[in-house]
Amino acid sequence: MASPTDKEIIDFVIHEARLLDQHRFEEWLALYTDDAYYWMPLEWGQTDPKLVGSLMYEDKLLLQIRVERLKGNRTFSQKPKSRCHHVLQTPQIDSRDDAKGEYVTWTPMHYIETRYDDQQLYAAWATHTLTLVGGVLKIKLKRVDLVNCEAAFGNIQLFM
Amino acid sequence: MTRYRGNVEAIRSLVRPAEVHRDVYVDDEVFQLEMEHLFANTWVYIGHESQIPNPGDYYGTTIGLQPVLMVRHTDQTVKVLFNRCPHKGTRITTETCGNAGKFFRCPYHAWSFKTDGSLLAIPLKKGYENTGLEESHAGKGMAPVRHVHNYRGFVFAKVNDVGLGFEEFFGDSLSSFDNMIDRSPVGKLEVAGSPLRYMHNCNWKMLVENQTDTCHPMVAHESSAGTAVNVWKNAPPGTKKPMAVEIFAPFMSPYEFFENMGIRVWPNGHGHTGVHHSIHSDYSAIPGYFEKMVAAYGEERAKRILGENRHNTVYFPNLMIKGPIQLIRLFKPIAANKTLVESFTFRLVDAPDVLLERTQMYNRLINAPTSVVGHDDLEMYERAQEGLHVDANQWVNVQRLYDSNEPVDVTAETNGTTEWQMRNQFHAWSKFMTMSM
Ligand code: FES
Ligand SMILES: [Fe+2]
Repeated sequence: MASPTDKEIIDFVIHEARLLDQHRFEEWLALYTDDAYYWMPLEWGQTDPKLVGSLMYEDKLLLQIRVERLKGNRTFSQKPKSRCHHVLQTPQIDSRDDAKGEYVTWTPMHYIETRYDDQQLYAAWATHTLTLVGGVLKIKLKRVDLVNCEAAFGNIQLFM
Repeated sequence: MTRYRGNVEAIRSLVRPAEVHRDVYVDDEVFQLEMEHLFANTWVYIGHESQIPNPGDYYGTTIGLQPVLMVRHTDQTVKVLFNRCPHKGTRITTETCGNAGKFFRCPYHAWSFKTDGSLLAIPLKKGYENTGLEESHAGKGMAPVRHVHNYRGFVFAKVNDVGLGFEEFFGDSLSSFDNMIDRSPVGKLEVAGSPLRYMHNCNWKMLVENQTDTCHPMVAHESSAGTAVNVWKNAPPGTKKPMAVEIFAPFMSPYEFFENMGIRVWPNGHGHTGVHHSIHSDYSAIPGYFEKMVAAYGEERAKRILGENRHNTVYFPNLMIKGPIQLIRLFKPIAANKTLVESFTFRLVDAPDVLLERTQMYNRLINAPTSVVGHDDLEMYERAQEGLHVDANQWVNVQRLYDSNEPVDVTAETNGTTEWQMRNQFHAWSKFMTMSM
């Protein structure tokens, strides 16, 4: 199949955030390849996800566990439920490898997570490594670098 | 109105043999007194010497609410200094770690101090001639914390002269540190990167009590660990059990597992879960590691070290360590209803990297502000912090497996679901709180 246009890549990244804001977590998870990782580093400019601490470095199994947990009747930290809201800058395409079918985008964003009376604002950069699977764009790696990654946070319960 | 200051009896009456008054968690005055007395009369964890390998290296932390610096002095010894310029109070360093070179220089008026805190130089010093500076507080330089002990790389400090010496305060509880350190074939640990920092809107003691609360995992963590077990059930047959499932699954063990693991209490508020086994006992062996341990220690001793799988060891007042996975958590008080939890990981020097990989994974899955297990726990603490404002019942219960003949300040082993360790902590709390009143 033909390589995706820039617009298709940008729309894909924006669509991912929309699925999260609308709590369409199953559809969201389906955007990820089976060997995908979701990575939220702990250190500024971190390069090693395994031997250095991270806020999250999760494969699809762990992401699946989170999605299932959010639905659970005994998930007390989600009574009441959290909600989230993304404000994205237009994703920038940092690299495009049509031969390999791999695309990297960079998206500065503001992310708000709320629960009952509490509302927290986070600023971050999302780096998506996208790949074509059977002609369909999928996320192979989503890296979320918080501007204040080393700060002490309270609960962050949804996905940036 | 002050109810507790200067009133030893009022403080003592907060702790009964099997219940404690809610004011230990919610009252601002009690919190202030904890900072002045409890955290000054006990040995508080500062940091690990691998954080300051070279002379002039420093690491900043707190004792209670007071900022301090751990620093490697020119003679290689480790000093702990109050992080305050003797001139006008300015914090000397604000970065968590760095290197001061040969001396600290205050950024406000450039007074400088040797790395043991003593005053080195003052610009335009003649302005102080014949003013009696030497006799003033300022003339003494950056005040050191007077009591510092480096136990196999782990540095503790005690502010006040009253209280117990290091060995007497910790006694046999140091065996948990020994086991953690001995798990390196060369007996050496190194801090592995930045800690996870997690802010909790609850009292610091709720976290410390939770470390030996063995009746909550299968309940509070059903949502996270239970879901993990259920999702894993759908994996195709024959799939190798991933590390993450090995970490999550034991949280769902039945009561019997926790009863049988046992709890050991020690004098002065220390204690641990997992006398016989723990949630860390059944992790997969890491290829090549046992062989290295045998080469270093001989087979018998290597087996003894690796066969000791203590779960959580509480070092009173505010530290917990997990020897089998080289992870420690420091519960830093900020206010009666606010606590910063810092979770540090360690590399076992000369052991395979996969061990550190597992430790980092455990820390992410259990101790991060983004961790589902952390969400389960924090929800309970925050609900308790709110619920305690109910006036109808002002007492928190710590009665499980209580016996009216229960001795205090002893070493004892018992059923793993006892709340004896919580009672032990409160006995120590009352003792060290009132020691300097
Ligand atoms: S406040 Fe430090 S030199 Fe003046
Ligand atoms: Fe817990």
